Amino acid sequence: MKAYFGRRYLLSASHRLHNDALSADENSATYGKCNNAHGHGHNYTVEVLVGGQVNVETGMVMNLVDVDSAARRAVLDRFDHANLNLDPIFAGQVPTTEVFCKVIFDLLKDALPGGSLEHVRVEETENNFFEYRGA
Amino acid sequence: MIFLTRRATFSAAHYYWNHAWTPEQNAQVFGKCANRNGHGHNYTLEVTVAGEPDPVTGFVVDLKWLKDVIEREVLEAWDHRHLNLETEEFRQTVPTTENIAIAAWNRLEKAINAAGGAKLSRVRVYETPEIFAEYRGPHEQVDVRGVKYRGEL
Repeated sequence: MKAYFGRRYLLSASHRLHNDALSADENSATYGKCNNAHGHGHNYTVEVLVGGQVNVETGMVMNLVDVDSAARRAVLDRFDHANLNLDPIFAGQVPTTEVFCKVIFDLLKDALPGGSLEHVRVEETENNFFEYRGA
Repeated sequence: MIFLTRRATFSAAHYYWNHAWTPEQNAQVFGKCANRNGHGHNYTLEVTVAGEPDPVTGFVVDLKWLKDVIEREVLEAWDHRHLNLETEEFRQTVPTTENIAIAAWNRLEKAINAAGGAKLSRVRVYETPEIFAEYRGPHEQVDVRGVKYRGEL
């Protein structure tokens, strides 16, 4: 019986939307106040959805403890209270929430049992969120 | 196709226990959820139906009707109950959030689909705002591999 299990995590991080390939004016026009030189931050909500058979003995798709441990190891320990622009994974990429969402998906996919990750949703504020379901 | 979702809440007690296992195995796999005195949650149930808006009313389904179906089929049986001790479906089955989502689907599917309009599309159950499970119906039961659980690690 296939079902899905979801878990939501909070992480706080700073970022600056800036593309070195663009001029200062172009960056400002593209990113507006998100281009502020000293950056700014968000309380991100990261929603992780895993799918798979409900184990007949446990009644679980996956144990929450294992999902938590993968999320902590692969994502939260790395990005919580960090400056995203300084993490090497964002070298050459603008840390928009779209890109952040894909980065988290790819890191988590490797940390979770193969094929189990269904989607990652990153909520940047209460009013905007991004979802990635893999390539 | 329009997807319409109605939320409802219910409060219930439960514990996680596999009767085929020793107490030690239950404690190892289920942690504090295996406490036999039970604990409880405020659950949020999201019921999503799919269909086309009726040309006369513009409704996919009448929301009041859907609310009544959810109350009659699910809340009357589960709200302010102990799931392990007072409901048929969890006498032997562990009332995990996954199994609650599947059981809610089974309680709702017939009543919703029999009405002839929209079809049940998805049931999502939040155990807390941070933990939820989802079931999209038996038609999705293709070749899906199981995932190891903690006791097997």
